[in-house]
Amino acid sequence: MSLLKLDSLTKQFGGLTAVKEFSTGLEAGELCALIGPNGSGKTTIFNLITGIYTPTSGTVTFNGQDITGWRPDRITACGIARTFQNIRLFKGLNVLENVVVGKHLRLKSDPFSATFHLPNYRREDEAMFAEGLELLDSLGLSRLAYEAPTSLPYGEQRKLEIARALATDPKLLLLDEPAAGMSPTDSEELMVFITHILKTYKLTILLIEHQMRVVMGICPRIIAIDHGETIAEGTPEYIQNHPKVIEAYLGVADYA
Amino acid sequence: MKKRRNLILTLAALILFGGFLYYAQHTFNPYILRILNLCAVFTIFAVTFNLIFGYTGQFSLGHAGFAAVGAYVAALLTMSAAQKSANFFLKPIISPLANVEIPFLPALLLAGLFASVVGSLVAWPALRLRGDYLAIATLGFSEIIRILLVNLQPITNGALGLKGIPSYTNLYWSWGAALVCIFIIKSLINTSYGRAMSAIRDDEVAAEALGVSLFKHKMMAFAVSAFFVGVAGALMANLISTIDPKVFLFFLTYQIVGITVMGGMGSLTGSTIAAILYTVFLEALRPIESPFTIGPLNIPGIPGMRMVLFSILLLTVILFYRRGLMGTNEFSWDWLIGLFHRKDTALAAPTGGAEK
Ligand SMILES: Nc1ncnc2c1ncn2[C@@H]1O[C@H](COP(=O)(O)OP(=O)(O)OP(=O)(O)O)[C@@H](O)[C@H]1O
Ligand SMILES: [Mg+2]
Repeated sequence: MSLLKLDSLTKQFGGLTAVKEFSTGLEAGELCALIGPNGSGKTTIFNLITGIYTPTSGTVTFNGQDITGWRPDRITACGIARTFQNIRLFKGLNVLENVVVGKHLRLKSDPFSATFHLPNYRREDEAMFAEGLELLDSLGLSRLAYEAPTSLPYGEQRKLEIARALATDPKLLLLDEPAAGMSPTDSEELMVFITHILKTYKLTILLIEHQMRVVMGICPRIIAIDHGETIAEGTPEYIQNHPKVIEAYLGVADYA
Repeated sequence: MKKRRNLILTLAALILFGGFLYYAQHTFNPYILRILNLCAVFTIFAVTFNLIFGYTGQFSLGHAGFAAVGAYVAALLTMSAAQKSANFFLKPIISPLANVEIPFLPALLLAGLFASVVGSLVAWPALRLRGDYLAIATLGFSEIIRILLVNLQPITNGALGLKGIPSYTNLYWSWGAALVCIFIIKSLINTSYGRAMSAIRDDEVAAEALGVSLFKHKMMAFAVSAFFVGVAGALMANLISTIDPKVFLFFLTYQIVGITVMGGMGSLTGSTIAAILYTVFLEALRPIESPFTIGPLNIPGIPGMRMVLFSILLLTVILFYRRGLMGTNEFSWDWLIGLFHRKDTALAAPTGGAEK
């Protein structure tokens, strides 16, 4: 049984069909890339999976459960976490607190025991911070724990978003262009980092990427979309030489 | 070690403050006492507004409405049967309310509870809205409450209002309530729930994607806020002893927003200082509304002059000093001691305002 199943997902914005009859499945432990030119509907697919948008038609099944139309926080609670294409960190909280917010959904203490710092809450709170620090440490960010997120270099901010997503204890991680705006060396490093967390945290990862070559080396399976529709799906070699993919990327040689 | 020291300092400060309240309550004249009580009431107003707007990012303009609910509940619960029948000469008050008269403490708590329930009921539909729309919706609700007060004559005595509410409010009640309010809101902010609220303020989409229930946390901020606003309204009713629907015009909310912005969004210290300064200056500047002369110039009294000044000051803060008095900084003993250290030793150690 696949961990995630998307069944003919369609999303229309007024007259525009951003995603059309999109279907695919993800096996547990898989690392899969979703590629496509600008405006092809990649982010919209993420928004449909995470509940930010409700699909016009089609279903999302996660872990055997139909989660179509669920509220985003409930979807996160059942094990799907994501990062955003345009970084969305909490500016008013420090780096560690940004991560600890991701642990809030697992908090058992009620607001009353929290407000009065009763022992059950204090224990949980300490554990949250300890786990948060541990997570930052394993991602090499612990020295920045008490900094403001906006003071971090761009690459670190992207990593922090991943750390924050990991704090929710996901089974499936959705990364929206994690290498955007990075130099080739940095993005290569990031891809190594992604394969590292895939194994360490026993994740399943779906990764959006603009530039095909970034994912070529690490993703055994790639889905290429254009105008909201799947145009090819398969190994990097297959995708690279697929006429429709070449056509979609035609004139934008840089991406190939 | 440091924690212990801070605890001792806090206790000492509280004892000193208690001593001051005792001294003030027994020696100051009623006029000064009234101002000091109002300082506490406005402190509660500003701190609670900060929880909703400064920490949770919800621009709600319902404070006057919540305060009105608290004020009327407390007034009706503490007035004697005789007072009530004297007030309600147009149409008698409905029967179960005519004879209730309960002590101040339960009246305060019920006022808070009532306001909290009303606040949650308002928040329930309104919290689906964002930004300006939430402001408009809550403003509307606040107005509806006021219109209900005018028209529910058998309960509220309509536009005539209520007179002869027992003056139970003294410095112990008002400042006691203010300290409890500050303590609880500060503690709440420092919990995981408080962090979730700040996350909502900074980015709703990201917060929700991290599993934070927007509705639950916004609701929590509203319920807690409205509770203390209700208590403050009750303190006000039992302080000024005469209330009518006009006390709770939008103007009250405007003042609260102004005070909070000037104190600094996200600083309870700032809210407290600004509330006290505002209340004191409003009284101190009373003379400028009566005719006065500067040299050869005869200036006629202009009613509302103080509000013009307040609005200009508010505008200046918003335009040029958005951080307000304190920004997001809070008072802390470490900061205060650091300040002295800096003066003692020429070696100025940067303290950066001492967060938290
Ligand atoms: N909320 C919305 N309202 C209207 N149109 C939208 C909305 N969100 C996305 N779209 C449209 O849907 C199409 C797909 O957008 P989407 O953001 O999914 O593309 P993308 O593949 O992520 O592109 P990029 O590579 O630029 O990030 C675009 O034409 C976009 O303008
Ligand atoms: Mg996108």
